[in-house]
Amino acid sequence: MNYLVGAFKPPCNIFISFADGRSRKQVPLKKENGKTVMAALFQSQENIVGEVVIEPIHGKKVEHNGVKIELLGQIELYFDRGNFYDFTSLVRELDVPGELYERKAYPFEFSTVEMPYESYNGVNVRLRYILKVTVSRNYVSNIVECQDFVVRNYTPPPSINNSIKMEVGIEDCLHIEFEYSKSKYHLKDVIVGKIYFLLVRIKLKNMELEIRRRESTGSGPNTYVETETLAKFELMDGAPVRGESIPIRLFLSPYELTPTYRNINNKFSVKYYLNLVLVDEEDRRYFKQQEFTMYRILET
Amino acid sequence: MIADGVEDEEKWLAAGIAGLQQNAFYMHRALDSNNLRDALKYSAQMLSELRTSRLSPHKYYELYMRAFDELRKLEVFFKEEARRGCSIVDLYELVQHAGNILPRLYLLCTVGSVYIKSKEAPAKDVLKDLVEMCRGIQHPVRGLFLRSYLAQVSRDKLPDIGSEYEGDADTVVDAVEFVLQNFTEMNKLWVRMQHQGPAREKEKREKERSELRDLVGKNLHVLSQIEGIDLDMYKDTVLPRVLEQVVNCKDEIAQYYLMDCIIQVFPDEYHLQTLDVLLGAFPQLQPAVDIKTVLSRLMERLSNYAASSADVLPEFLQVEAFAKLNNAIGKVIEAQPDMPILGVITLYSSLLTFTLHVHPDRLDYADQVLGACVNKLSSKGKLEDNKATKQIVALLSAPLDKYNDIVTALKLSNYPRVLEYLDSETNKVMATVIIQSIMKNKTRVSTADRVEALFELIKGLIKDLDGGAHDEVDEDDFKEEQNSVARLIQLLHNDDPEEMFKIICTVRKHILGGGPKRLPFTVPPLVFSSLKLVRQLQGQEENPFGEEDSTTPKKIFQLLNQIVETLCNIPAPELALQLYLQCAEAANDCDLEPVAYEFFTQAYILYEEEISDSRAQITAIHLIIGTLQRMHVFGVENRDTLTHKATGYSAKLLKKPDQCRAVYACSHLFWVDDQDNVKDGERVLLCLKRALRIANAAQQMSNAARGSAGSVTLFVEILNKYLYFFEKGNPQINVAAIQSLLELVTTEMQSDSSTPDPAADAFFASTLRYIEFQKQKGGAVGEKYEPIKA
Repeated sequence: MNYLVGAFKPPCNIFISFADGRSRKQVPLKKENGKTVMAALFQSQENIVGEVVIEPIHGKKVEHNGVKIELLGQIELYFDRGNFYDFTSLVRELDVPGELYERKAYPFEFSTVEMPYESYNGVNVRLRYILKVTVSRNYVSNIVECQDFVVRNYTPPPSINNSIKMEVGIEDCLHIEFEYSKSKYHLKDVIVGKIYFLLVRIKLKNMELEIRRRESTGSGPNTYVETETLAKFELMDGAPVRGESIPIRLFLSPYELTPTYRNINNKFSVKYYLNLVLVDEEDRRYFKQQEFTMYRILET
Repeated sequence: MIADGVEDEEKWLAAGIAGLQQNAFYMHRALDSNNLRDALKYSAQMLSELRTSRLSPHKYYELYMRAFDELRKLEVFFKEEARRGCSIVDLYELVQHAGNILPRLYLLCTVGSVYIKSKEAPAKDVLKDLVEMCRGIQHPVRGLFLRSYLAQVSRDKLPDIGSEYEGDADTVVDAVEFVLQNFTEMNKLWVRMQHQGPAREKEKREKERSELRDLVGKNLHVLSQIEGIDLDMYKDTVLPRVLEQVVNCKDEIAQYYLMDCIIQVFPDEYHLQTLDVLLGAFPQLQPAVDIKTVLSRLMERLSNYAASSADVLPEFLQVEAFAKLNNAIGKVIEAQPDMPILGVITLYSSLLTFTLHVHPDRLDYADQVLGACVNKLSSKGKLEDNKATKQIVALLSAPLDKYNDIVTALKLSNYPRVLEYLDSETNKVMATVIIQSIMKNKTRVSTADRVEALFELIKGLIKDLDGGAHDEVDEDDFKEEQNSVARLIQLLHNDDPEEMFKIICTVRKHILGGGPKRLPFTVPPLVFSSLKLVRQLQGQEENPFGEEDSTTPKKIFQLLNQIVETLCNIPAPELALQLYLQCAEAANDCDLEPVAYEFFTQAYILYEEEISDSRAQITAIHLIIGTLQRMHVFGVENRDTLTHKATGYSAKLLKKPDQCRAVYACSHLFWVDDQDNVKDGERVLLCLKRALRIANAAQQMSNAARGSAGSVTLFVEILNKYLYFFEKGNPQINVAAIQSLLELVTTEMQSDSSTPDPAADAFFASTLRYIEFQKQKGGAVGEKYEPIKA
């Protein structure tokens, strides 16, 4: 196929750049091919301003039926790969039909773009934002160039952030009370808490705290749920006795977490859970899972 | 199986060390290239080796020490990182990303130490955080080592008074709080060890626990070295908190060790000032805790403290140390009804030592202790426990050692009461100790009352206490004991005759009950002691006051008569006879003729009625003759009677040679050099002639019985008597008699039938040489001897 690619090489190169590309923050973005590239970072309501440069290949003329740039917010569900669902679509016409002989630059601007959802790369779903430039042509296929960018939305710290406190147990066997100081954490937060042993009749070996991500996609009968354990953090070594209280201090920064996403465009949800696991000497596991909310604050 | 276990353990240890070293190697490489990320990664992996559960504490320690050394390098690295501008706060967070808790906490403690040193945060906050986070390790061994590591890295960073870490926010209170908390947690872990694992490994676990105890104790040591803990803080915070933990942990091993630890690490002065609190904890300890040892050590320390300087003694008085200790011991004993009697006695013994050191002037205290001891003993009856009796001996010896004076001990009214609870064997031991003390210190027990008390104490030696059972007593031991009693009796003395007489009466009263085995040992010293008194009185003239009931030799002699009489009843006639003769001689010196005569009579009766053994008779008769010869008090009549009897006894001895010797000895009864009225030459000659006859008869008997005439020794002996009286001027002994005797001996020696006897030959030869010598001396004696032809 290689020679074919060469043969059908587009007659022009298209570059998309952002006006503040040099100063804008770049964050790593994982592409479909598994490579990580750096991509510009935006948040909702921002003006996306830039320039599209079309540069015909040396000595070639490009006939076109018009040039446009689209800003697309897409959700791709992997069970339906290749089929993108656009939840946002904005278009700017850049040029009327005509011919291009030489390099030409088109400035563009999307003002206060509503981008309610964050870019996300999950197990079964991907949410991405792209700028797509299309040079339409007659008889031959359009020339298309895409530029990914990343959207992250920041939320102010929640005004209500109750602690998670719960007493659980197996009757006459194990009773514990645990407390996580908050129910909502930002991505670089620290989970602080403690576990209080009210009754211990089994020989515990250790205890750990897991951070699990539950991604559910689709709806109805086509719901897919994928759970990943992102962190395993040992909290306790050895067997406690009644009355012991074990501190929890888990820094979230080392882990690749995202905010909690609830029912994004009716397509998917990403939720986080703290799973407290107690392991006894026979390697039996006793656990209690609690959902907690992740949110993103503006990093300073 | 066990051997396998040990081998396996070695293997695991080796594997652990190998893993540790490998990761340490990578860690070093990371440190050398300043690669913080790798350094943390490999140090965490290295520390993961400490997560093992397979090693015994002993082996685990080995592994821990290696990790400890590596962590020092890491700490230096952290310090450099901080100097290079790496935020120490970030480092403190970064190490907490480690997923495994044990490596995480070791790293946290290491960074924490650097954090405190950087002074970027108040030391107290960091310390509090560290000690709290360490709660995550609930495994006893791993937790103890981790917390021990924490104690180790923090001990030079406590915000003590005068320390560089002391500040507005950090005070010594925080330092104390930190150490106390770490101590409490460590002790909980340590105690918990006891309850984990199968019951059959209890012993092994206890051994392992005792290997770990110093890790826990180290905290108390750290506390004791915090300068800022003054007495008030110790009293209000440190001690109550430590004791609370000790009491509440309800674990024997921990309670015993920690109480001891408290006593050993904190200053004496503090103990003294907090006695109430400290002692208050004892009754709350578990019944199996060896309280006696701990309390004893406390009292020992306080005793030594009191002994260290006289300046501190007022403190003891001020805090009423004795009363408190006494009270506490009472409570402990009450709280532990199962405490073996040994423990009780040990406690009282220590208390006694304490009071003797601290309040040597308060005999009433010592007596009180003994009294309490008696009370306790009274409920138990006689002691069976060997160790306990030993302890009682120690208890009772303490006052003797302290005062070097039995007299003081005699003032302790409870002293003899304690003795009552000893078995007879120990009672004897104790009595011996008392006597030895007296003899060593040459104590003078000089009043009858004290003698009375003393004998009450040593009655174990004086009489059979529980009726018999002394058949197993070793003969030599018995003699040894009784000899010491005899020595004691000799030591009792008072210059005042009245008092001395009372003493004698007291002693007599006690020893008379001693039974036939003891009397032969105890009566003679008493008799001689009495005779000494007689001689003392004899020097003085009549009692100048003429009081009727004053002590006179007569009275003493009456008493002596009774004393010696008891010997006759045992019977110990030979000894009694000797003593009668001694008394007679003393009476003689006092010019008490009837008394002397009475004694002689008694001696004679004994001789006639009781002494039947021929050897004993020989000894007795010679004693009688010897004594009688020295008597000057007798009138002619009495003397005649006595000498007559003596001569008669002599002639009735069983063996002829003995007869012969006794008879020629009797010759002296009639010729006393310094007594002019006793110079009866004729009877002397009679005696000697009689002796010769007997000697002859002896030879004939020998001839008839054995076919040989036997020795001529007897003749030579008689010859010597002749020569003696000849020299003294007895007119009846003349040259002719001597001459004929000489010839007789010569003939006898040459006769075929005589048995050659070199000793007799030599004896005779010397006798001849003596005659020759006297001749050559010239003068009156020479002339006298001149006619004798040898």
